[in-house]
Amino acid sequence: MTETRAVEAWTLEPLERFVAESGARLTLLMTPAGQVLAQHGFMRAVDVMSAAALGAAIVASTGEIARMLDQHEFAALNHQGVQHGIFLGAFDTPRGGLLALVVYGPDSSAGLVQLFFEELARGLVAATPAEEQPKAVLAANFEEELDRSLASLFGR
Amino acid sequence: MSTVFQRVLDNITRVRGVRGAMLVAGEDGLIVAESLMEGVRGNAVAALAASLQKRFRQAMEAAAVGMPHFLHLQGEDGTLIIVPAPDGMLVVAVGAPDMNVGLVRLEMLRAAESIS
Repeated sequence: MTETRAVEAWTLEPLERFVAESGARLTLLMTPAGQVLAQHGFMRAVDVMSAAALGAAIVASTGEIARMLDQHEFAALNHQGVQHGIFLGAFDTPRGGLLALVVYGPDSSAGLVQLFFEELARGLVAATPAEEQPKAVLAANFEEELDRSLASLFGR
Repeated sequence: MSTVFQRVLDNITRVRGVRGAMLVAGEDGLIVAESLMEGVRGNAVAALAASLQKRFRQAMEAAAVGMPHFLHLQGEDGTLIIVPAPDGMLVVAVGAPDMNVGLVRLEMLRAAESIS
């Protein structure tokens, strides 16, 4: 059975609700830098890290294209495949911007994912804890932080 | 919006009691064209109606009774009707509980035919 796991506990309930309602197969909640806050459906740490890096890179690339076109950043991107679709959406929270990378199958749809993504964003904004001093991830403790995050995401 | 789409939606919304009509991409659950009164959450209705139609289609296939032609959901405060068009598009209408379902059905079947 696939589980939903979070590094940041406040993200868990809105994410679980999103997964249940949208029928998403995989979901990754991360910062624009690719730091993962929560995940659903991933079985291996290496997949999470790759997906987070690729998702963050896509948003950075489309953001740059939008800048070149003198537009606001694209709010969401949907890539429809034969069997699976990929949805990548960005939203703001009191703690800064977040990204959601969602993979859905034929039992869901772009419309459903888009609809419940909006609710996910609202849920996360409401669940955001009061401001606290962000922890700096320094080169010295980067590996330790990464190990701790992956342990939270995979229950090890 | 295409004039063909506008015309078929106008024919549906002209029926007394209809609060809105939409053409929805059946696989995606996204709105193709809409004519809705204020207060009707078009994107939510489109996504959920498409999901519902997909489930009903699967159930009817499993029961070997063919494809659904017409889905009519009657609620306390209103009515939701879905008519699948042959090309995968859905004609969706939302209305009052006492709207003339027979007439709406007729217009929706005509709409499904003319957009295919």
